[in-house]
Amino acid sequence: MDFLQPTTWGDALAARAERPDALAIAGGTDVMVDLNFDRRRPGALLDLTRIAELREWATDGDAVRLGAGVPYARVITDLGTQLPGLAMAARTVGSPQIRARGTVGGNLGSASPAGDAHPPLLAAGAQVEVASAARGARRVPVAEFYTGVKRSVLAPDELIAAVLVPRAAGPQQFCKVGTRNAMVIAVSAFALALHPDRHAVGTGIGSAAPTPRRAPEAEEFLAGELDWASRGPLPGTVAAEFGQRVAAAASPIDDVRGTAAYRRHSLAVMARRAATWAWDDLRRAA
Amino acid sequence: MRVVTTVNGTEQVADDVWPGESLLYLLRERLGLPGAKNACEQGECGSCTVHLDGEPVCACLVAAGQAIGRSVTTVEGLSGADGLHPVQQAFVEAGAVQCGFCTPGLVVMASDLLARVPRPTDPEIREALAGNLCRCTGYEKILDAVRLAASRQARP
Ligand SMILES: Cc1cc2nc3c(=O)[nH]c(=O)nc-3n(C[C@H](O)[C@H](O)[C@H](O)COP(=O)(O)OP(=O)(O)OC[C@H]3O[C@@H](n4cnc5c(N)ncnc54)[C@H](O)[C@@H]3O)c2cc1C
Ligand code: FES
Ligand code: FES
Repeated sequence: MDFLQPTTWGDALAARAERPDALAIAGGTDVMVDLNFDRRRPGALLDLTRIAELREWATDGDAVRLGAGVPYARVITDLGTQLPGLAMAARTVGSPQIRARGTVGGNLGSASPAGDAHPPLLAAGAQVEVASAARGARRVPVAEFYTGVKRSVLAPDELIAAVLVPRAAGPQQFCKVGTRNAMVIAVSAFALALHPDRHAVGTGIGSAAPTPRRAPEAEEFLAGELDWASRGPLPGTVAAEFGQRVAAAASPIDDVRGTAAYRRHSLAVMARRAATWAWDDLRRAA
Repeated sequence: MRVVTTVNGTEQVADDVWPGESLLYLLRERLGLPGAKNACEQGECGSCTVHLDGEPVCACLVAAGQAIGRSVTTVEGLSGADGLHPVQQAFVEAGAVQCGFCTPGLVVMASDLLARVPRPTDPEIREALAGNLCRCTGYEKILDAVRLAASRQARP
């Protein structure tokens, strides 16, 4: 096995293209588990931790350009105001040790349906910036990024450079069900973003379908029902109906962490609560 | 592969390191530092916790090569010429050690917390130690030890 340690993005893309047998490693919190347990034996490790720009974030117009290698700990300390949904999700990831190393780029690279970064990225309408030495950079709407269980549109010669996440124009929420408050792979998860600037609602469902996914029909329903002009209260029946529509958008399975029926039920509850909390936040802010 | 890294303030060189090997293996098996423990090798137990460039990490999840040129502090680096680190002393006095397997990771994590938050609340202590498992103590004595170390450190 070789250990490739590029220090520039150009060298990393060149190495990615030259070594199809290399496995990229960022925080290593998914990759090292596979290596330690002999589940993978790549021909090389392509270490991305020496590329400075991957570890930076910057505002880019109405969005934050979050380098793929920024660890969760920094999302929490730096971006709680601009990307509240993603920061809330980051707070629930693993333990302090995992959050010090694990990255949003690694979460996208693994593309697990249970990854906690995915629901808030979906709700916010983020774009994933990927790049290759041969074709340069391209941007993929995050909803089109996931193609199956642990699969994505990332081509073998591509790396993830960054995620472009629109800065929150309104309240956001993230909810996750698990057996404890820490060190938990989500049984189910839900993210909500209110976009009062365009009278729209964003959603993201985690751990309840082969890929993370939105609930577009529920989004339209809630956006149509909310009293955006005078910001009157959200009727309980509307919040409950929104919850049902979110649950209907999932296609969960039974597994060791929970049953399909429980996942649907918990999604309905989380979505109802998230909508109520977020709308109340918006009303208070008015 | 050659790995040159600073461990507990001293430059260390290891040769013939397998590129897929973890920082934990490097420390324990090549550099003779068995303080960080190997229990799960999957980030679940925290017994391998060390500082990497000042951040608490699971050494089992860091590739050895990722530590090249970086600075690592293990539990062996906590105690100084004047004896145990205050957190270690508090663990001894509070009875927070039974079999002791989890202790190095917890001591590193608790010292990290107290360096950042001198007077942590109970929820802050629990949050900081959420990634460290102990099968013996039931955690109460561990919380006592961290509270004790915090109260001493906060004294003028
Ligand atoms: C104890 C423990 C608890 C955990 N808890 C959670 C949790 O609560 N929620 C959660 O979502 N996850 C959790 N995880 C999983 C993991 O921490 C996350 O998926 C994390 O985001 C992975 O990031 P990383 O930087 O460590 O990725 P790595 O392990 O370095 O890489 C993961 C994958 O992404 C690829 N990759 C990394 N960076 C790039 C890039 N820039 N371009 C292309 N491919 C790339 C790698 O090749 C690999 O396939 C946990 C893991 C452990 C060990
Ligand atoms: S051995 Fe590293 S976390 Fe358990
Ligand atoms: S004292 Fe035995 S595992 Fe904690």
